[in-house]
Amino acid sequence: MNLYAVAAIYRFEMNRTFRTLWQSIVSPVVSTSLYFVVFGAVRAGGPSEIDGMPYGAFIVPGLIMLSLFTQSIFNASFAIFFPKFIGTIYELLSAPVSFVEVIMAYVGAAATKSVMLGLIILATAFVFAPHLAILHPLLMLVFLVLTSLSFSLFGFIIGVLSKNFEEIQFIPMLIVTPMTFLGGAFYSITKLPQPWQTISHFNPAVYLISGFRWTFFGKGDVPVIWSLAFIFGFFAVCLVIVSWIFKTGYKIKV
Amino acid sequence: MASIISVKGLTKTYDTGVEALKPVDLEVEKGEILALLGPNGAGKTTLIAIICGIVNPSGGKVTVDGYDIIDDYRKTRAMIGLVPQELATEAFETVWSVASFSRGLFGKAPNPAHIEKVLKSLSLWDKRKDKIMTLSGGMKRRVLIAKALSHEPRILFLDEPTAGVDVELRKDMWQVVRELRDDGVTIILTTHYIEEAEEMADRVAVINKGEIILIEDKDVLMRKLGRKQLVLHLQKPLKSIPAALKPWHLALSEDGLTLTFLFDPEGERAGAAPLLRKLDELKIAFDDISTSQKSLEDIFVGLVSDRT
Ligand SMILES: Nc1ncnc2c1ncn2[C@@H]1O[C@H](COP(=O)(O)OP(=O)(O)O)[C@@H](O)[C@H]1O
Ligand SMILES: [Mg+2]
Repeated sequence: MNLYAVAAIYRFEMNRTFRTLWQSIVSPVVSTSLYFVVFGAVRAGGPSEIDGMPYGAFIVPGLIMLSLFTQSIFNASFAIFFPKFIGTIYELLSAPVSFVEVIMAYVGAAATKSVMLGLIILATAFVFAPHLAILHPLLMLVFLVLTSLSFSLFGFIIGVLSKNFEEIQFIPMLIVTPMTFLGGAFYSITKLPQPWQTISHFNPAVYLISGFRWTFFGKGDVPVIWSLAFIFGFFAVCLVIVSWIFKTGYKIKV
Repeated sequence: MASIISVKGLTKTYDTGVEALKPVDLEVEKGEILALLGPNGAGKTTLIAIICGIVNPSGGKVTVDGYDIIDDYRKTRAMIGLVPQELATEAFETVWSVASFSRGLFGKAPNPAHIEKVLKSLSLWDKRKDKIMTLSGGMKRRVLIAKALSHEPRILFLDEPTAGVDVELRKDMWQVVRELRDDGVTIILTTHYIEEAEEMADRVAVINKGEIILIEDKDVLMRKLGRKQLVLHLQKPLKSIPAALKPWHLALSEDGLTLTFLFDPEGERAGAAPLLRKLDELKIAFDDISTSQKSLEDIFVGLVSDRT
């Protein structure tokens, strides 16, 4: 295993994160704060509690998940798309590195950034919802890390397959964000009328958000084991796709 | 000489249907400087890109120091440094950090002393803390060379290293290349400038339309190519070359008024002075005589157009 290469890429990517700290960390924190302010204001006319949880606390896991999904995808896809775009990918392709090492480094760096981001948003949330309590902190971290890893891997695939910046933005903006909003980030799907409740069970985001919320409050829209199974399954599928991409050189080599 | 790179029956057809490499065979000798000379689109970059692992071959086999470039890619790639044709660099990183990055990427433990040596040899030391985007084009090319040398490769590929490069860098670069060769590094450079091949190479391979049409020691090639031409303008047209002039392998122009003779420095053909005596003997009068050095360029164009 070429660990020097893994370290070199990982360090390179983390440098990029710290160099662009403003975009990387500050803007998601600001937008999360905005969600709290806006939803807090709307709350006056809406439910003050969901499933016995204060609404301000209820939306925290969903908000974190929303950021993890979009930021993981965006960071990982950009990390591999950019070298393709400016042509520096030649060096990666000519280096004595395997796909496992490339993925460990790129996905590892993107996931690290997402975990940091999730924790920062969580800290921000405590400002807006001071009574927020986390019932299963360790499992919460497990969900945080697994979600960051799988969505970074997913983003890596998108970055490899994308031909331009529009394509990179397409999936996070037009698929993942709506799915998250419809996946119970801001409400409980058990409160939805039929047939929407059934339809929601086909939305992958439901399982992720529900599981993450369970680690906070011990309650979720679906059993937590389904959530865990889902996240592992998603991770496995992404791994298979990415190993196929590297084996064939699809869209990377000509 | 032992060969360090062995290319056998290598082919490449791109998805677009372009046949960039017909079956190519090539042996690169350990420690030599080999120039791959050929016009644009000849397949030079494709050949290099396959050996380095950037492009998938369509067929054939390449070994580097006995290792297959696909089965043993870690071993072969660790030995190779590549300076690509395109100026592709990061923008926000510093010179020092990208050179160190490359060293790590190629599996070498950090060695600041080596990076320092490389940067100094390329006059980049003063710029080590500068962001790459602030550098000029020539400086960026130096950075690419520094990256390629950062992991102490035993084989260095330079793909059109002097395209758009100033004289200063050219001099620096050739100095670095000579030092590397003295250290036993094998160097393969591509160019479509004949002077460059002349100046630097031990051997020259001419590649055109995906085929290597000639590979020769530079000195031998130069002697062959450096042949002088003797052109005789006759007073009266000849219908054909008299049998007595056979030993000189003359060429007669269509109008029968010009005889062309190629001096042969190898001495395999009869010389010029006896030819002139013979012409006198045969009473073939000429009113003008001129010599010209046939340049590499002419020969090259001749070689290439023969194949079209
Ligand atoms: N990525 C590619 N896709 C399709 N055709 C290509 C690609 N790269 C090069 N070619 C074609 O292959 C041929 C050889 O190109 P190249 O190896 O770049 O030649 P050289 O380096 O000698 O100029 C050219 O006809 C070129 O257009
Ligand atoms: Mg080229």
